[in-house]
Amino acid sequence: MSKAVLDALKSKFGDAILETSSKNTDESVTVAVDKLIEVCTFLRDDEKMAFDSPVFLTCIDRLGLPVMEHRFELAVQLRSFTKRHRIRVKVPMEEGKLKVPTLSGLWAGFNWLERETYDMYGVEFEGHPDLRRIYLYDEFKGHPLRKDFPKDLRFPLARREWADE
Amino acid sequence: MGLEITTTKLEDLANWGRKFSFFTYPFITACCGMEFMSVAAPKYDIARFGAEFPRFSPRQSDLMMVVGTITEKQAPALKRVYDQLAEPKYVIAFGVCASTGGFYQNYSVVPGIDQIIPVDVYIPGCPPRPEQVLDGIILLQKKVGEGRTVNQMRARREAMKDKQRQSEGV
Amino acid sequence: MSELKTLILGRKNVDDPDDTGGMPNDLMTVNMGPSHPAMHGTIRIELTIDGERVVEADINPGYLHRGFEKESEAATYTQVFPYTDRLNYVSPMINNVGWAMAVEKLMGIDELPPRLQYIRVMVSEISRITDHLTCVGASAMELGAFAPFLFLVKVREWLYELLEELSGARLTHSYVRVGGVAKDLSPKFCAKITDILDRMEPVLDEAKGLLNSNKIFYDRMAGVGSFTEDDAIAYGLSGPCLRACGVDYDVRKDFPYLNYGDLEFDVPVGTSGDCLDRYLVRLEEMRQSSLILRQCIAQIPEGPVMVDDPRCVMPEKGETYNTIEGMIRHFKHIVDGIRVEPGEAYTFVEGGNGELGFFIVADGTGRPWKAYCRAPSFSNLQTVTKTISGRLISDIVPIFGMINMIGGECDK
Repeated sequence: MSKAVLDALKSKFGDAILETSSKNTDESVTVAVDKLIEVCTFLRDDEKMAFDSPVFLTCIDRLGLPVMEHRFELAVQLRSFTKRHRIRVKVPMEEGKLKVPTLSGLWAGFNWLERETYDMYGVEFEGHPDLRRIYLYDEFKGHPLRKDFPKDLRFPLARREWADE
Repeated sequence: MGLEITTTKLEDLANWGRKFSFFTYPFITACCGMEFMSVAAPKYDIARFGAEFPRFSPRQSDLMMVVGTITEKQAPALKRVYDQLAEPKYVIAFGVCASTGGFYQNYSVVPGIDQIIPVDVYIPGCPPRPEQVLDGIILLQKKVGEGRTVNQMRARREAMKDKQRQSEGV
Repeated sequence: MSELKTLILGRKNVDDPDDTGGMPNDLMTVNMGPSHPAMHGTIRIELTIDGERVVEADINPGYLHRGFEKESEAATYTQVFPYTDRLNYVSPMINNVGWAMAVEKLMGIDELPPRLQYIRVMVSEISRITDHLTCVGASAMELGAFAPFLFLVKVREWLYELLEELSGARLTHSYVRVGGVAKDLSPKFCAKITDILDRMEPVLDEAKGLLNSNKIFYDRMAGVGSFTEDDAIAYGLSGPCLRACGVDYDVRKDFPYLNYGDLEFDVPVGTSGDCLDRYLVRLEEMRQSSLILRQCIAQIPEGPVMVDDPRCVMPEKGETYNTIEGMIRHFKHIVDGIRVEPGEAYTFVEGGNGELGFFIVADGTGRPWKAYCRAPSFSNLQTVTKTISGRLISDIVPIFGMINMIGGECDK
């Protein structure tokens, strides 16, 4: 069903669509960072697309995989209540500049999801109204879900003084 | 000598009273809270042990049950609530996450609340069965009755030190 | 009367907002949580209030962030099941099923034995009932109605005992496996569940009677926290909260998984999206779940409860002990985990709070490269910022209760 979406995107944007795939019944499309807003606006506003609702937004860190073209990749899942179809938009990102335009202006629900991705991966969403940590605290250094972050590195806020026991 | 015996006996009487009237402050954070509900609900009925009345203000309670995982972000709040509890205060680490961090050994979870506050009774289990919780409460009752909880022991130590200081001073 | 209103609603006169009644004009900042009796789940809200009215609310989740994703990356696919149990700990079976389905999708296992599908549907529905029972019971208690809480928790206790008999644990079952379930239904399971459902329905009626005709409960729920259909969709709301807004969307109906397509049930839909609608939707869903369970009991066929696929099924004990191949397979299965083809997949099921999804990126080894959980509570909670601004402080309690924010799932 979502094949039509992929075809429409390809015919509309041409070279801006880097890749499409429909493996495992999940349709996904890869676009360049600078075309993201344009593609997403089309997906939301076009009558045949009508992706009116956000599902999730996260980032994939491929550090250490044998095949690693881009270390980070943003994955955005959208759904449409009227057309009952879904699509995943993926955006490759270079390691040095983890900057993506915010999608919270298009779908209000991405506000917190972008904050989560910022917190966990350090992806900066340009134009986000309130980009700060959501799960962790300001004293925390680093972004824990990056592959180079050690699993048990802690930044304690409170510890007991054992001396007086 | 006579005075000491009287004070110990008085302390015993107070401890006997304390152990059957815990005022619980449930510091509920996670899954174990579901089992805490079950413990409080009719079937397991914590009221049989005199600890049925959860007070949601730390100033009105003496037993803090830390129910669930404590994260690093939560730790200052836990410490603060503990400091506000009325003396003598007791702490139960409810479930394995509160006791040791359980199978969450990562950047965000405190490896056991005893890193932050002293604990009297650890209840293992993920989450512990209600029977286990009741067992933990009975254990704490025993400890309180004998005056062996961390807080009571510290109070006794301090009293002894004071006394020593006084006698040395005189 | 107007004096009383002024007193209750804060310093401002309701009829004349400019009249401050001689009180200072400043806004006040109040901190609520993270350990607050009226919030199930730990959360902190920084409220900016004008008298008793909330002007702005900054909601801070994350007090139960336990690193589900980081832990999953270090665990094999089978070892992730206990972690999924503790995501939405009120309905652990649904999480188990969701995770299993995601891994199966990656492995290309499409055909599940019919008995397995029925078992998965049954345990999911039992979990859905326990979820809604807890949500309604706890919210009622927070609004001062203690008796319904005791009634509903009593029913939950029956269901927990049944699930304990089935899986060995009261709350964190880890019953489902990739490609099947850990073991077949316990003896007389179907008879016992029928008995429990028979006893449950009168209790639900009783609780409903106590709550629906309770003026305090009704007044605190009706019209509070309402949400429009468009907003709900743009915020990515799902589950009972979305259906209460009037959107007819249920993953079980719209994207049927397992054998939900063959079962008959209705999806209750509300009109205004306020707390009362959310409560009524949940109440009706429990009834529908019970209907589904009864159909399953009548229809469940005999047969295997695991797929016949050596990639994910452990060898028989006899084979493990007596043949070298069986031994090696067993060893590899435990130490390396189930091998999954490289790729990525997203599956979603109807969880207690809405669309619960798992997005897995596999790298070809036995451990997930990335395991992301699409937590319905998180998206639902986001709307609270909008719904509580402009309301009274006391309205926060029913709004939170009916969003049913579950810490483990929301904060992961």
